[in-house]
Amino acid sequence: MDELLSVKNLKKYFPGPKRLLGGIKHHVRAVDDISFHIRPGETLGLVGESGCGKSTIGRLLLRLISPTAGSIFFRGDRIHTLNRRAMRPYRKHLQIIFQDPYSSLNPRMMVKDIIGEGLKRTTRISAIERRERVLDIMEKVGLRPEQYSRYPHEFSGGQRQRICIARAIVMNPALVVADEPVSALDVSIQAQVINLLERLREELNLSYLFISHDLSVVEHISDRIAVMYLGKIVEMADRNQLYNDPQHPYTIALLSALPLPQVGRKKKRIILHGDIPSPLNPPSGCRFHTRCSRATGICRDSEPELKEGDTGHFIACHGN
Amino acid sequence: MFMRKIYKNKLGLAGFIVILAFAMLALAAPWVSTHDPLKADVMNWKAPPSMDHFFGTDEYGRDIFSRVIHGTRISMYISFLSVLIATFFGVSIGAISGFYGGWIDNIIMRFMDAVMSFPAILLAIGIMAVMGGSIYNVTIALGFVYIPRFARIIRGSALSLRQKEFVEASLALGSSDFTIIFRHILPNCMAPLIVQITLSLAYAILAETGLSFLGLGAPPPAPSWGNILSDARNLMLDAPWMTVFPGIAITMCVLGFNLLGDALRDILDPRLK
Repeated sequence: MDELLSVKNLKKYFPGPKRLLGGIKHHVRAVDDISFHIRPGETLGLVGESGCGKSTIGRLLLRLISPTAGSIFFRGDRIHTLNRRAMRPYRKHLQIIFQDPYSSLNPRMMVKDIIGEGLKRTTRISAIERRERVLDIMEKVGLRPEQYSRYPHEFSGGQRQRICIARAIVMNPALVVADEPVSALDVSIQAQVINLLERLREELNLSYLFISHDLSVVEHISDRIAVMYLGKIVEMADRNQLYNDPQHPYTIALLSALPLPQVGRKKKRIILHGDIPSPLNPPSGCRFHTRCSRATGICRDSEPELKEGDTGHFIACHGN
Repeated sequence: MFMRKIYKNKLGLAGFIVILAFAMLALAAPWVSTHDPLKADVMNWKAPPSMDHFFGTDEYGRDIFSRVIHGTRISMYISFLSVLIATFFGVSIGAISGFYGGWIDNIIMRFMDAVMSFPAILLAIGIMAVMGGSIYNVTIALGFVYIPRFARIIRGSALSLRQKEFVEASLALGSSDFTIIFRHILPNCMAPLIVQITLSLAYAILAETGLSFLGLGAPPPAPSWGNILSDARNLMLDAPWMTVFPGIAITMCVLGFNLLGDALRDILDPRLK
């Protein structure tokens, strides 16, 4: 069993706008037939444009929303069919860090209660022990003990994100879904938080699903990377493989937008034309064909499957 | 801590003192009043304010000072209890409606809309006409009438709060709905709720006065503020003290609640500390 979490053919359709008569016309296909897995201690980066379904995947894994179809296995147990009560034992293994450190902390709770909430729900340890654990975790994430009884509004964005991280890791989880954890922070603070996440991964043997639209951050922290477009994974590979030898035209275009810190090096910037199509009514065939420079007739008609090219390098493109 | 903060807010402090004074007056009514509020003294009818009768007497010779003092007790009792009823049911209904949403929300809120579509005072008059006049019925009627306002405020807050990521985070920690409503939703509704409570206390005083004035509140000999005004309304020009003093009491009390409400809103919001 070398998979911590695996996802097979996961789908999540949200009901689209209702018509006046006759119910729902279209579904928003936020996540459409996605499969991947995460190994223990591994960080899987998930990149894609806004609205491509990245965050939906994170929420599905934690069963904050229920999948429309497909399956999720955690350490071999199927968790996609569990009801709320049955899901509870798995909660402490799966945690989440959100993008916005402002709306993810209850302004009326003190730091000690925010971090200690999960311990209160899932364990039976005494108040003294809980205090110990909370202070211990606070030190780990770089908060000072005298901040134990403060309210969130007394903290800066970076410190708030540390509180969020503390709330997640105090449960001693196996997998943490980091849903754009640094996108809302200043660049200098981003680096601190990233370093903190990396250090915690070593110390606590965590796995991350690291969701981001920032390619350089993802490159820095991930072992493997999956690229999403309109609810689908278009390419998934080891970090070096993906960055050195991108195969899918979408990935190539994304990577061409990365600034290179090298004097004199010229590179071709691939500009994608048009907007991302609506997931309410995605294009037929390959969803990327409307913006792809290499699109041919087959791309319009049939949908490419995610196939393994080189070892561990998955691409969904007819051109390969 | 609370005292220190309210002390900094001068208007709030004024409101707090006024309300405190009225509350103490209500509790100590039998000892503060100089005469029996119900005892008629026809020899002394329509007497202007004097050392014996601070606020004068009414057309039956009853001491208006004593009646206003005892009226404080009745008015405070009705307003506090009716707002308590409205708060309890309104908050429960609003929290359930806002948190669960969907068809539960639809059914509950359409019913609340139906109640709200009646003018509050008219609905209270209707209820009183059916149930008959007594202090308890006034309390229940006013309590019922104000439920939808509380339900709406709490529902609105709950609807936006349950979308917040800290609620999702709590779900991810395995919290029950009950925990989420009590630990995450309701504490964050406090500011608008407190304001609504204090404003409603003021409204309830006015509504009780209005009902008594119309003869549908506390039954007549009882000295509620509305009854005193009602008795005096034909003699407003003859004996202005009969209307002026209960009028001042009502105004002060309503003003006090409003000032206190504003101050509490500022104090209870931790972001404004």
